[in-house]
Amino acid sequence: MAQFQPLFSIENQNLFTEVQPTGPLHGGPALPRGDWRRTGKPFLFHLLGRIGNAQIGPIYLGGLGVASLVFGTLAFNIIGFNMLASVDWSPLQLIRQLFWLALEPPPPAFGLSIPPLAQGGWWLIVGFLLTVSILLWWARTYRRARQLGLGTHVAWAFAAAIWLYLVCGFFRPIMMGSWSEAVPFGIFPHLDWVSALSLRHGNLFYNPFHALSIVFLYGSVLLFAMHGATILAVSRFGGEREIEQIVDRGTASERAALFWRWTMGFNASMESIHRWAWWFAVLCPLVGGIGILLTGPVVDNWYLWSMKHGVVPSYPAVWPVSVDPGLLGAKP
Amino acid sequence: MSAIVRLTQRAAQLLTAGLAAAVLAGCERPPVTSIQNGFRGTGMEQVNNPRTDRITVAMNQSPAPSDPASPDGPKASQIYKNVPLLGHLSVGEFARVMTSITAWVAPTEGCSYCHIGDNYADNSKYTKAVASRMIQMTQQINANWKPHVADTGVTCFTCHRGQAVPRQVWYAPQDRKYAANSVMGDLAGQNLAAPSVGLSSLPFDPFTPYLLQDKPIRVNGNEALRFTGAAANRHTTKQAEHTYALMMHMSNSLGVNCTFCHNTRAFQSWEEAPPQRVTAWHGIRMVRDLNNDYLVPLTKTFPPNRLGPMGDVAKVNCATCHQGVNKPLLGVQLAKFYPELQSAKKAIAAADGLPPPLAEASRSVLYFAVGSAVLEGEQARGMSLLIATMVSTPSTKATISGYHSASGELSANQELAKQRAFTVRDSLLAAGVMSERVVLEKPLSAEANLAGEDPAARRVEVTVK
Repeated sequence: MAQFQPLFSIENQNLFTEVQPTGPLHGGPALPRGDWRRTGKPFLFHLLGRIGNAQIGPIYLGGLGVASLVFGTLAFNIIGFNMLASVDWSPLQLIRQLFWLALEPPPPAFGLSIPPLAQGGWWLIVGFLLTVSILLWWARTYRRARQLGLGTHVAWAFAAAIWLYLVCGFFRPIMMGSWSEAVPFGIFPHLDWVSALSLRHGNLFYNPFHALSIVFLYGSVLLFAMHGATILAVSRFGGEREIEQIVDRGTASERAALFWRWTMGFNASMESIHRWAWWFAVLCPLVGGIGILLTGPVVDNWYLWSMKHGVVPSYPAVWPVSVDPGLLGAKP
Repeated sequence: MSAIVRLTQRAAQLLTAGLAAAVLAGCERPPVTSIQNGFRGTGMEQVNNPRTDRITVAMNQSPAPSDPASPDGPKASQIYKNVPLLGHLSVGEFARVMTSITAWVAPTEGCSYCHIGDNYADNSKYTKAVASRMIQMTQQINANWKPHVADTGVTCFTCHRGQAVPRQVWYAPQDRKYAANSVMGDLAGQNLAAPSVGLSSLPFDPFTPYLLQDKPIRVNGNEALRFTGAAANRHTTKQAEHTYALMMHMSNSLGVNCTFCHNTRAFQSWEEAPPQRVTAWHGIRMVRDLNNDYLVPLTKTFPPNRLGPMGDVAKVNCATCHQGVNKPLLGVQLAKFYPELQSAKKAIAAADGLPPPLAEASRSVLYFAVGSAVLEGEQARGMSLLIATMVSTPSTKATISGYHSASGELSANQELAKQRAFTVRDSLLAAGVMSERVVLEKPLSAEANLAGEDPAARRVEVTVK
């Protein structure tokens, strides 16, 4: 191998894979009858090898993958052309305002009926296409896992995310009786929707399921950092071979376990830490979806709900109490 | 190999620098100052950037008032023709205010911006018609919108700042070019980088529904759970986006954060809101009145080049006066040096001439205008003191009795006395006082004087014990 030259002059910092052993490229195990062939001749890409595996391809597309891509591409293009039309077909404005543009759901007046194309009809079509695309991709992750003889953990984790997507864009709008309650397809506009939803329903931060969701979100980050750090720290003892360490515990595992037991009294095992991470990640959209589904169909105002149930404190008055002028009978 | 690495290294550095520049270009550089304006730990604070503040302060300097003129001498109406609004002034006062208005509105164009050079009484310039209506508008604001402008008041300069058309006005927005017959690209009134809402993608015209029409701004309900039927809160998430857009405009116009008027943990709550929210509430109503009573009726007066893309007249919003500061012109009281702008024929505010409200620990008395069940001005302040008493002594009960004066028909008066009591009760309930702590008590005789119109008779008495 050629003389190694570090990027950004960082050495021995575990940022990049420093040594890349290469051998004959592997096409993957033989596939059972009825499956498609894998596409593409595998090749090596050195720089990708520094952050992952240097081998690119072959990829398995399959019937589900192709169908998913077709539906997804249709949805993507309809969104894109609507955005382009919304800036009078100016490509420059499309780029400039891309983060602001959106394909908006129909106005509230249409309820759950099918709106005209120009007023949310495209949104409904895209919603269908995108949902089909996502569900097909889910089926693909499930079937690929099975074909490789794996468990289906990835597919079910993905399903948790799809649950939240469907709650926001499908289940909740139906329960509210209006497509207008759904999320617009756009970068900033979908964030505005989140804020507006929270404002309309008296502050989503007082929704306990939202709180739980945040716990699992931040918890995931914490677990990820703890686990990543632990494995990197014991990689000098072969700790990065986690699968081997699960069944044949070596000094890497022992030291990692000891470290956590010494610092906080308890340690996960080489296997269980991954169950921790999986459940935290899956529960984040799962409980979040429950929280959104309750917001509107069941609870109208989370602040009032929390005050009613003593979830949050009231604070001492700082100002003279303001009275709603609308209630003092002043002109509205 | 090493060539590739060097190239990548270079590209990565350029990319990082480029990204950092792109991301940070929209930011104001730190440090910023923050001032706590609520209970500790609740995030109630105002964030200010001293560098942008310096610019805002420089842009909001009030001119000095001109030297006072003598009220003696002949009246303007005796010397000049066609001076219906300010003819009651002395010639000296008249000249002073005309000169000031010119300096405030058309300093470069001078008198001839509104007047024909050889005949100042001539009405043929549209600017003169607009200006006289604007003088009336200024008088109206100073006389009848005290809940918003307080004693600071406004002059022409508050909006105009030396420009014939104020810098911050609004027109109905034009739809996109290919909107008609277009199947694609519906904007739904939002989703553009719109300056009117602080470059957010929120609905870009929050003015037409709220500052011209009176569409409901409030989207929150009063119940924790969802109700169906008549009690349901039917406001939609999209309506919340419109309200949000209006609030972005207000926040931007005043250079303040949400926490200036709201306790942001509960935007709807008046009990937890800073007092500025009441001022802002009146401001929204003021702007709505000005647009409907003074500006829209001038649409035909203006030449087409002064109208907006949809043929509508320039209208006011919060930014028209505020221009980036929470008190226009930083609260300098210029208007008080121009009494003629306080209203020529001073409209008597309905709540004027009432005794001050009584607000003691155990007894409150609140007074009402003739035929009114509305607490205004000082009386509303008396109400908030009563609420404060009730909140600070949770074991007490309030007994409310309404009274009326002797003038007028007895049955209507008794109904009025009842409504007055209801007003006070509803205010207490709305402030979160439990209903079992509020008792209505019909007095033996609600008629509180023997004959005629006595301001002290039109009242509600509240006993707290």
